[in-house]
Formats: sequence, structure tokens, C-alpha cells
Amino acid sequence: MSAAAPLTEEIQARYEKIKREAEEGGYHLNPDQAFTMNLVRGLLVNEQRYGYPSCPCRISFGKREEDLDIICPCDYRDPDLDEFNACYCALYVSDAILKKELSVGSIPERRPPRSERKAVLAGSSGRLTDMALPFPVWRCRVCGYLCARDTPPLVCPVCKATKDRFERFI
Amino acid sequence: MNQMKMEHVPGKARGKITLYALSTCGWCAKTKELLRELGVDHFYVFVDLLPPEELEEAIREVEKFNPAGSFPTLVINEGTRVIIGFREQEIREALG
Ligand code: SF4
Repeated sequence: MSAAAPLTEEIQARYEKIKREAEEGGYHLNPDQAFTMNLVRGLLVNEQRYGYPSCPCRISFGKREEDLDIICPCDYRDPDLDEFNACYCALYVSDAILKKELSVGSIPERRPPRSERKAVLAGSSGRLTDMALPFPVWRCRVCGYLCARDTPPLVCPVCKATKDRFERFI
Repeated sequence: MNQMKMEHVPGKARGKITLYALSTCGWCAKTKELLRELGVDHFYVFVDLLPPEELEEAIREVEKFNPAGSFPTLVINEGTRVIIGFREQEIREALG
């Protein structure tokens, strides 16, 4: 926790990377530059603290396996963009917000409370029954990308989520 | 329970106001700014900056008022009123 605060240049560089990847994937960052930069700073702070960029608007205990769903971009971004036009932190916003047809606001937390998350970690994921497939099918929990191969790819070719964000789908 | 360290911002008396926030979160920052703008006496804590041994206790405290355990959580008068998220209008009405 004593790591040096991220430098302005680092924040700028990461902002540009996130923005480029967002636009390539059809997503948009919040046009409120100061607000967005502050969130990017938060992502860098969390990356220094925990070793992964967990959501700046959610608390972390620094255990990656418990935080897989909130490594940015989180599992909740897309449903929140669909329903509320922004992700929970308002780092990502919808087209309508970008075009100023709507304004951004604080939205409800979609991530289940701690008690329910623990139950999910312990329980089995609800996947379809095993069929006689030549390969298992893996699903990216962030963007829904599917691929049939022995193991998930190192990073999702669509949204760049890491291998451990994939779940066995079929 | 040992008392976690809260920052005190002196101002107009509007009851006991406690803001649980994260130092990295945009809506938390906006809520904190709004409290300053309103000039009300309040306490705040950046839960993510607490030492690890105090973290669990702090989150339990937040969960008591807001089962989702999300931030920002604004607690007025020991939970008589709890405002979750940056609800600007609601905060202005409650404290203005
Ligand atoms: S995408 Fe998810 S993790 Fe990333 S900033 Fe938005 S809410 Fe936080």
C-alpha cells in the first residue's frame, strides 16, 4: 500500500490504451475527461496494490480469485451499459451518453453481496450438460466471446480479459 | 470494537453524518465534494486506505446500513437515513 502514486504520464498512457481498446470493441469512455482520468488513476492504484486492476468503485481484499468478476472491465459492465447507459463507475458509457442525449448518474450495484458471492464460489457454475464434443466451449465472462479449444486463450481476442475470466460454457 | 479512524470535517450541525467512501471511486469523490459544498459537519473514511486488520470490521459496518456493501454509503444519524450512491438531489434535500 506504500507504492508510489501513479504519475500523470502513466495515467495518460493507460487512459489512451483503455480508450483505444474500448473504441475498437465498440465501447466508449466517459467524455468527462477529469472524472475518467481519476478512475484510470484508481485502476492504476489498485493494480499497484493488488496486482490487478480491480474496479475503483468497489472494495477489494486483494484476493484475485474473489475479485475475478470486478477486474476492469468487470462482468457487470455490459448489463449495466444496457440497462443504465453506464458501468457502475461510469468509466464506460453508452452511445446515448456520448451523444449527450442522456446524462450519466450513479447507478445501483449489480454485483451480488459478499454472502451470495461466497456461495457462488463454493457452488458449481450452471453450465449445460456435457455433450460429446470434440472440444470444450469456453465463454468470456466479460464480453461473451465463445471458443472451442482445450483451454481458454491467454487473453480474450475481443475484450482482452485474461484467461481466468473464462468459464466452461459447454 | 476499536474505533476506526474517521476524518472530521467541521461545519453546520445537521445531525451525525458519516460517509463511507473509497479513495479511488468517482462517485465517492463527488459525494465528498457535495458535503463540503453544503458545509455540513461530517465524518468520512476511505475504507480502502484502512489497515488490512480494520477492513473487515469497516465493511461489516457498511453492510449493516447497506447490505450490498457498496460505496459511497452515507449514513445519517446512525442509520435513520441511509443514502447509497451519489444521489445529489436526495443528499441536498436531506442535508441542505
Ligand atoms: S467496467 Fe466495471 S470495473 Fe471497470 S470501471 Fe466500470 S464498473 Fe468498474
